[in-house]
Amino acid sequence: MNAVSNLLGTLFQRREAGIVVMIVLLVAAVGIIQPRFLSLETLRIVMLAIPLIMIAAMGQMMVLVARHVDLSIGSILGFSAIVAGMMFRDLPDWPVLVGVLVAVALGGALGLLNGLLVTIFKLPSIIVTLGTLSLYRGFVFLVSNSRQVDPQFIPKSLIQMSQTSPFIGIPWIVIIAFIVALLTYFFLDHTRLGRQIYAMGSNPVAAPLRGIRVVPVTLLVFTISGALAGLTGVIYASRFGYVNPGITGVGFEFTVIAAVVIGGVSINGGVGTVLGTVLGVILLGTVNVALPILGVSAFWQDAIYGTVIIVALLIDRSVRQRGIKALSGARSNA
Amino acid sequence: MFKKTLLAGLALSVAMISGVALAQDKVSIVYIPKNTGNPYFDSLVQGFVDACAELGCDFTTAAPATAEATSQIPFITAQTQRGVDVIAISPNSPDAMNQVLDRAREKGVLVLAVNGDLVDNYEHRDAAILPVDFTKTGPGQVELLGSMIGYEGEIAILSATTDAPDQNTWIAAMENSLATDPKYAKMNLVAKVYGDDEPQKSTTEAEALLQTYPNLKGIISPTTVGVAAAAQVIQSAGKAETVKLTGLGTPNQMRPFVKDGTVQAFQLWSPYNEGWLAAHFAVGLKNGTISNEVGSTFEVPNLGSITIGEHNVMNTQAELTTFDAANIDEFNF
Repeated sequence: MNAVSNLLGTLFQRREAGIVVMIVLLVAAVGIIQPRFLSLETLRIVMLAIPLIMIAAMGQMMVLVARHVDLSIGSILGFSAIVAGMMFRDLPDWPVLVGVLVAVALGGALGLLNGLLVTIFKLPSIIVTLGTLSLYRGFVFLVSNSRQVDPQFIPKSLIQMSQTSPFIGIPWIVIIAFIVALLTYFFLDHTRLGRQIYAMGSNPVAAPLRGIRVVPVTLLVFTISGALAGLTGVIYASRFGYVNPGITGVGFEFTVIAAVVIGGVSINGGVGTVLGTVLGVILLGTVNVALPILGVSAFWQDAIYGTVIIVALLIDRSVRQRGIKALSGARSNA
Repeated sequence: MFKKTLLAGLALSVAMISGVALAQDKVSIVYIPKNTGNPYFDSLVQGFVDACAELGCDFTTAAPATAEATSQIPFITAQTQRGVDVIAISPNSPDAMNQVLDRAREKGVLVLAVNGDLVDNYEHRDAAILPVDFTKTGPGQVELLGSMIGYEGEIAILSATTDAPDQNTWIAAMENSLATDPKYAKMNLVAKVYGDDEPQKSTTEAEALLQTYPNLKGIISPTTVGVAAAAQVIQSAGKAETVKLTGLGTPNQMRPFVKDGTVQAFQLWSPYNEGWLAAHFAVGLKNGTISNEVGSTFEVPNLGSITIGEHNVMNTQAELTTFDAANIDEFNF
């Protein structure tokens, strides 16, 4: 019992507490207005709404921590998905896993190209990836000859990743997303390289002086972000059952960046946790599912969705400032 | 009698002159779809390609990446400068292109609206080729869903964006049918939701419909992205028995769901025939074998007799095509 209260105590001292509170309040509020929301079915819908965002968010979070941004992930997702889809269509005898690996590798390659442009030409990543957002989408149209990969060509086994579950009803793609989050956590928090990303993001000037090789670390971060966007592309094909060059992944970067920032990752670099990002994704996913279930008119949904993002950021900010005050108070007392 | 002979003679000489012209220079047609990557328009393009292979016209297609109101303007300008004879376009806006289309027509380009019309701006194009009388789409969908659910129970509509003009016209007609036709008196429209033609948003909206209306009997989704998303939702929720789905979709997109019984039937028309008809009409008009006058008729192989209707509009078919397990394999688009 004591252990539990201790655990709760530590949890609430953490910055992520604010997001947990918001999720609980949101679920409670929606549940009061529309009791049907509090059901296992809703849980399943929310669970299926988050894996796509979560996997890409892990990459985006790393990029933001490194004091960069990757706006091209929606197009990388589209490119990986269309190539994998075309492989499923044109090489039906090949194992599905090959398509998955190709998608991840291609995503990584496009991410690496982002990193190279950023490091070689010393261009701001927001500009580089704004350019590659269009460039990579162009690749999607070129490689596919602007043709969609129809549902009949997406392998059954891949589609079932979104529909079947290894245990207690949790679909495979959700489990994959959480495995990716766990791996990201171990990488960022328990490896030297991971800590270097934080150091680089919090002080890019001092980083080389402390022996951090900024160029390779930056390349790695963009490559990981691209590879995870590539993996998201295959999950997309699994979840929606087809790949369309003009639809798949379009606008996806905004959803992901919103989730990451709600999760407390600073766009100024150096700050952010995997736990926070996961919670940010869950909050955004819950909002997405809640709005239509509440019967919010389509005319209002965008506005409310935007308001929720801003309110979440404001609450997070006030929680953080209180935390900093408490911390400095504790220091001055000591 | 004399008048007819004279006319025939005139027509013959016109045909001969244009025949000479044709030998030197084939009729060149460009088709500008709403956007690239849309399988629907791929099929329409194929209709043009096949028709031009038979008629001997030059055909190209060019399209913007996104279906925005103004995104087709540079394409129209470029094609006009290239000196094409015919611009066939599926307009992204009923009025944004009026000026560039006028300029093209001043240079002698024949402008055809295909698959969608410049509603209330008819004077900016020469004629329009539409798949079917769009006033029949809404009632046709209501009837199809009604027949699946025994004309009784709660139904919902999953549309594209809130401002999609075609869908809004069809939905208005659906509501009108539901309200006025006593046959549908027991069908109760409980919700109209919008998936913005995004897979994720359409999926979430379809899931919310199942969740919010446990007694829901049917969904109509008159948009290809929406109906595919709703099919996927019903399939993974295992509710094909209790919730019937229909809408407007393409056979390739819906094939797996029809085969596994998630969807009994859905509707559309043949975009292929639109391209086929547009090419025949354009070449016939340029050759002088067809006159672009309201009420005149002409023959098109495989389609039969086509009549030019009010506002110079012609339809490829009288009724919507219904696709089900029995016929879906005859279609590939």
